[in-house]
Amino acid sequence: MKQSIFKIVSNTALTDSVSQMVLAGDTSAITAPGQFVNIRLEGRFLRRPISVCDYDSGVLTILYKVVGAGTGQMRGMAPGQTLDLLTGLGNGYDLAPAGDKPVLLGGGVGVPPLYNLAKKLTAMGKEVSVILGFNTRSEVFYEEAFQALGCRTSVTTVDGSCGIRGFVTDALPQEYTYFYACGPEPMLKAVYRASKTSGQMSFEERMGCGFGACMGCSCKTLTGYKRICKDGPVMKKEEILWEA
Amino acid sequence: MGSLSVNLCGISLDNPVIPASGTFGYGYEYAELYDINCLGTFSFKGTTREGRFGNPTPRIAECAAGMLNAVGLQNPGVEKVISQELPRLKQCFHKPVMANVSGFSVEDYAYTCERLDKEEQVGWLEVNISCPNVHGGGMSFGTQPQAAAEVTRAVKAVTTKPVIIKLSPNVTDIVSIAKACEDAGADGISLINTLLGMRIDLRTRKPILANKMGGLSGPAVFPVALRMVCQVAEAVRIPVVGMGGVSSAEDVIEMMLAGATAVEIGAANLVNPFACRDIIRDLPRAMEIYHIQNLSEIIGGIR
Repeated sequence: MKQSIFKIVSNTALTDSVSQMVLAGDTSAITAPGQFVNIRLEGRFLRRPISVCDYDSGVLTILYKVVGAGTGQMRGMAPGQTLDLLTGLGNGYDLAPAGDKPVLLGGGVGVPPLYNLAKKLTAMGKEVSVILGFNTRSEVFYEEAFQALGCRTSVTTVDGSCGIRGFVTDALPQEYTYFYACGPEPMLKAVYRASKTSGQMSFEERMGCGFGACMGCSCKTLTGYKRICKDGPVMKKEEILWEA
Repeated sequence: MGSLSVNLCGISLDNPVIPASGTFGYGYEYAELYDINCLGTFSFKGTTREGRFGNPTPRIAECAAGMLNAVGLQNPGVEKVISQELPRLKQCFHKPVMANVSGFSVEDYAYTCERLDKEEQVGWLEVNISCPNVHGGGMSFGTQPQAAAEVTRAVKAVTTKPVIIKLSPNVTDIVSIAKACEDAGADGISLINTLLGMRIDLRTRKPILANKMGGLSGPAVFPVALRMVCQVAEAVRIPVVGMGGVSSAEDVIEMMLAGATAVEIGAANLVNPFACRDIIRDLPRAMEIYHIQNLSEIIGGIR
């Protein structure tokens, strides 16, 4: 984990509620796709944990959904402004068990962390399928970005206004070697049930610190109590314990 | 440069800065970030007789200048704390540590304190009779002078280490509870634990916290904490550890003027993991500005 100041390079709306922010700064603490950063905002007490969409030496891309005053404030920020970030938080996706044909499933604002994952998997020569799930056409983002990486990309919408009508699980390929998922809990549960292979999924929770100190985001797993922020946010399918 | 050191119940601290229980784990998350031996000491995660998962999530909600938490004393239980956490703590922290203890009965408190009393690195026992987030225990001992005194006596009977009783602000008369603890043999008082609060999600119309209510901490509570520290320090002869919303070197000085011998820092650590290190770094400069030679001389120095 590292605390450092990043400068906003660009801050662009992708849809009515989702924006892309590109930041310049020290990304050396980020070691895997699926990790997150924790952003301090002027006048807000707690930091905002946001998943890393893409990173490279000195450049960080995050996609965020405006859900409240804090993310609303982020949308109003301009290039040149700076942000105080904690980077390199959480355990990201483990690429080792992917096999030759991994499938990546993202729901809504769960899509972003899959981007750098897809980039790394395609660079390893994998045949990557990506399924992006949204409620409706106007919410769709990053379809072309995944296509540009060479991923076989499908979109599902609940109302059928774009791509396949239904949920991400309705677009699962016939054959895949492993899955990676990120999205709302009902989606993760559906993926858990529908998947025929092992896999990893990333979870979300309201956090205090984001680095394992406050026990604000604990969950029960088959391998004991885990902190979403420090031991997660990515968990293996085999350790997940769904509570009623 | 003047001295930052203070004496807390017979043990000397290099400085009065103490990360508060529940915001610092058992130290090692922070030891990855900086050398935590710069701290006066720290109060480790509240420990109970048996292990606890705590409350369901969400456990955290934000508010203006602060936060609510309803963690509910998640900890592995005293035996695992002794066998697993303290050996790890010892690797990164080489000073006496403050052991924070909670319970659900007088016997629980005594049992857990007796176990921790045998641990060499434990310098003080901070007995939390003020957790607002557990049912049938915790805060209920801290809201009545007699019950507070009973816990104090039971703990004092099983340890020779200094016993600091941590009080709840969710009471009508905190001074009478502090005095009851002092009369029962407490070596020190720490305050304040969090103030009970709640938030509602406008979309779902449900409380944000799964536990409905939780403890408010952060800068929002500082004036309340300062007032209570001042009231208690004026009423008792034993040392008082002040806490509640402290986030700067100036806040530390203000708490000490109000009567605190040492100062705990909680929520600030969660937002800036380097908060305590930064406050210790900033203290000499703040002392210079306010003409303070030695920090210990300003304890209770309010005019």
